[in-house]
Amino acid sequence: MKTPLASIAWVVIGTVVGSFGALFLKIGAGYLSRNLKSLLTNWRLALGIGLYLFASVFYVMGVRNGELSVLYPMVSLGSVWTLLWSKLVLQELITRPKVVAVGMILAGCVLLGLGSR
Amino acid sequence: MQLATATAAAKREHQTRAMLAVLLCTFINAASQAFIKLGTASLGAHPTMVQTALGIVTNPLLFAGYALLGASTVLFVLALRKGELSLLYPVLTLGYVWVIALSVAFFHDSMNPLKAAGIAVIMFGVAILGKNSTA
Repeated sequence: MKTPLASIAWVVIGTVVGSFGALFLKIGAGYLSRNLKSLLTNWRLALGIGLYLFASVFYVMGVRNGELSVLYPMVSLGSVWTLLWSKLVLQELITRPKVVAVGMILAGCVLLGLGSR
Repeated sequence: MQLATATAAAKREHQTRAMLAVLLCTFINAASQAFIKLGTASLGAHPTMVQTALGIVTNPLLFAGYALLGASTVLFVLALRKGELSLLYPVLTLGYVWVIALSVAFFHDSMNPLKAAGIAVIMFGVAILGKNSTA
């Protein structure tokens, strides 16, 4: 079975959507406080959860016609996008160990993909 | 100066706690995937969206799976309150490692050298992040 380009596109778009979900979860987490009203009106958190769920729809669409071994490694691309938004939006420090770690996680997922063929 | 040191120590402690919470997240996440996998078996080969939605509330396994998924998300958000996103998000990948371990142990998936190497490399990467959060 060959993995169609469309399946790869679904999964890659899913990782981008999911990384924005994580970004809004982080921003929303900054607005958490111990009262119900602030939780219910925390639109950033709601947007983050929504984007997270939305991303899973893309994964399901991708996995339907594609091989898991090809798509598996791609899901870890989400870490790369998240590192990017962490720097650009949240102004977090992207240190060398973080870059090395994400590189290793990507490499590990590629190996998992190869091993799942 | 002393104050700055105290603040840095407090920040490190928050990061460590956040890292442990995310580790717990990956375990809960893997368990939720296993429950969802077990639960979907009762849905048949091609369930409709309505059947799936009904299944989540009527099938105990699916319900447990999605409840655990929700719990892991709540825990992740709590960890993000004080922890860095660039440090914690990549750790979630560890969930795959547990899923593969569960698949091999309970769903008769095969293990091979490539998968084992992949797991080792991912764990090493996560260990770098873990060390970064405490050092």
